Amino acid sequence: MSAEPRTATVRTIPAQTTTANVTQAHTTSEHATPAHPARTHPAPSRAVGPGVRLAALAVVAAAVCALYLAWGLTGNWQFLIGRRALTVATMVVVAVAIGMSTVLFHAVTANRILTPSVMGLDALYLALQTAIVFALGAQGASLVAGPARFVLELAAMVGASVALFGLVMGRFGRSLTLLLLVGILLGGLLRGVSSFLQRIMAPQEFIVLQDRFFADFTGADPVLLGTSGVLVAVLGVLVWTRRHELDVVALGHDLAVCLGVRHRRVTMQALAIVALLVGVATALVGPTLFFGLLVAHLAYAVLGTDRHAWTLPGAALSGVIALVGGQFLFERVLGLEGSLSMVVEFVGGLLFIGLILRRTRS
Amino acid sequence: MIVTEHLQGAYGDTIVVDDVSIAVPRGGVTALVGPNGAGKSTLLALVSRLMGPRAGTVTVDGLDVTTTPSDALARRLAILKQDNHLSVRLTVEELVAFGRYPHSHGRLTASDHDHVRRAMGYLDLEPLAGRFLDELSGGQRQRAFVAMVLAQDTDYILLDEPLNNLDMAHAVRMMSQLRAAADDLGRTIVIVLHDLNAAAAYADHMVAMKDGRVAAAGTVADLMREDLLSAVFDLPVRVLDVDGVKLARYYGVPVASTTSA
Repeated sequence: MSAEPRTATVRTIPAQTTTANVTQAHTTSEHATPAHPARTHPAPSRAVGPGVRLAALAVVAAAVCALYLAWGLTGNWQFLIGRRALTVATMVVVAVAIGMSTVLFHAVTANRILTPSVMGLDALYLALQTAIVFALGAQGASLVAGPARFVLELAAMVGASVALFGLVMGRFGRSLTLLLLVGILLGGLLRGVSSFLQRIMAPQEFIVLQDRFFADFTGADPVLLGTSGVLVAVLGVLVWTRRHELDVVALGHDLAVCLGVRHRRVTMQALAIVALLVGVATALVGPTLFFGLLVAHLAYAVLGTDRHAWTLPGAALSGVIALVGGQFLFERVLGLEGSLSMVVEFVGGLLFIGLILRRTRS
Repeated sequence: MIVTEHLQGAYGDTIVVDDVSIAVPRGGVTALVGPNGAGKSTLLALVSRLMGPRAGTVTVDGLDVTTTPSDALARRLAILKQDNHLSVRLTVEELVAFGRYPHSHGRLTASDHDHVRRAMGYLDLEPLAGRFLDELSGGQRQRAFVAMVLAQDTDYILLDEPLNNLDMAHAVRMMSQLRAAADDLGRTIVIVLHDLNAAAAYADHMVAMKDGRVAAAGTVADLMREDLLSAVFDLPVRVLDVDGVKLARYYGVPVASTTSA
C-alpha cells in the first residue's frame, strides 16, 4: 500500500540529483577553462567607479540645497534666504548624523538590517530627556542652559547607550535575530518609560519636554545647531580616519580579530560615536525610525562598493538628498507640508521588510 | 611553537574544552581530529584568541595570546573559521587583499599586491579575481577565504574544516596546497579535519580529541591505530596499509572485527 508513493519519491530524487550534477559540472568546467574568464563580463555596477558616483551624489545634494534655497524667492529675499539657510543647515546636520551613524552601526554589528533607531537608541535619548526633566523639574532642567545642557545630555546618552547596548551586544551580539528582538523590546520599553513619566509629570514640565521633542526643521535653535554642526563635523573626521579599520570590522568578529583589530574596543568606541550622532539628530528633529536604513542602503546601492571610504560620505550625501530634496518636493512643489517624514518612514519600512525577507530566503 | 597549558574553554556554564595541554611544533601540518562536539573548533578559537579562555594559557612562540597586542599576533597567526558569512559584498580579490591588513592597514603597497596575487595563484583563483563572493560556489568561496589567510603571510595558519563544501578533487587539491605551503613556505598549519584519511595522508602530527579533552597526540603513525581510533570515535575503525599510507576504514565495518584487533 505504501510502496506506491515510495517508488514515486525514489523516482523523483534521481531526476533532481541529475540536474544538480549538471549545474555543478557546468560551474566546475567554467572555472577550469580560463578560455572565458569571468573578467570579460564584470558586474555592471563596477563599470563606473565609486568616485564618479560619489561626485554625482555630491552634485545632486548641492543642487537640491540650492533649489530649496532659491525656489520662488520673492519680496524680502534676504530674510527668506536666511531662514531657509537655517532650515537647510539643520537638515544637512541631521542627514549627515543619521547617515554616518547608520553606516557605522552596520559596520560594527556586521549586518545591514539593524540601525541605531531600530535598536531604540533615539528612544533612549528621549527617555533620558524625560527622566532629567522629571527628576529635576522644569526649573531644575533649565538651570543649565543652551549648549552646556546639550553637552551634558549627550554625555549621559553616551554613558547610558554604551552601558546598555554594550551589554546587549556582548550578550546577544552573535545572533542578529536575538539582537533585533532585544532592540525592539528595548525600544518599546524605553518609549513606555518615557510616556509613563510624561503622564505623571506636572503639566508645565510636560510643556518644557514637548518643546524639546518637537523642534522641527524650521524652528531649530541656531546655538544648538552650531554646536551640533561642529560636533558632527568633528565626529565625521574622526570616523573617516578609521575607515580602513571599519572595512575590516564589517567582516564580522572572527575575521576582524584574525586580522588584528581589537574588536570589542572598536565596537565600544563606534557605539559611543553612534550615540552622540543619534543624540544630535534626535535633539534637532526628534526620532526617525527608518530614515537611516533608507539612506544607508541608497548609498550602498548607488556607490556599488562597500568600502567605508565611499559609503560614509555617500550615506551622508544620500541623507541630504532625501531630506532636503524630499522637503523641497513636498513643501514647495506638492504643497504637502509635514508629510515627508511619513513617506520616508513608509518607504524605509518597506525596505526593512524587504531586507528581512531577503535574509530569511538566503 | 604553540603551547597550551591546562586550557579550559566554556560557553556559559558548559565546558567544551577542558585541561588541554598540547605543544604544536613549528613547521609541518598538525591535524585535529575527533567526533562532533569534541571541542576541536573551540580549541582552535581559544588558540587564536577568537575566544577568551576560562582557565589556562596559550602561547605562540612564547607570546601569550591574551596579552599580546592583537595586531602583532595577526602578523604571526591566522585563523579561518568554518562558516564565514559576510554582510558586505566583496570580490575575491578584495577579500584576499584584506589578508594584508595586519601589514598595510588598508593602504596596499606593491609588495602587498604581490602577496595577494601569489595567494590567489596558489589556490587557482585568478580567473575568479573580479567575481563577487556571493556569485561563487561554496567550494570556490572556501578557497577564496583560504587565499586570504595565506596572503596574511603568517608563520601559523589555523584552519577549521577547510574541506567543507569541497568535492574530492578540490579537497585533494586543497590538502596538497596546504602541504606545499608547509613544505615550501615553511608555514605551520593546524587544521581541524573530519576526514581521518586526509589527516593520515597529509599531516605530520595528529591530536585526537574527545569530550573536550585530548585523547591522544603524536605522529600520524602513533594515532592511526585501530584500538585508539575506535575508542575516540565510538565506532569500529579498521586501519589498513595502502601504498605505505595508513588508511582508516569505518564505513560498513562489522562490530566484531575490531574486538579481535
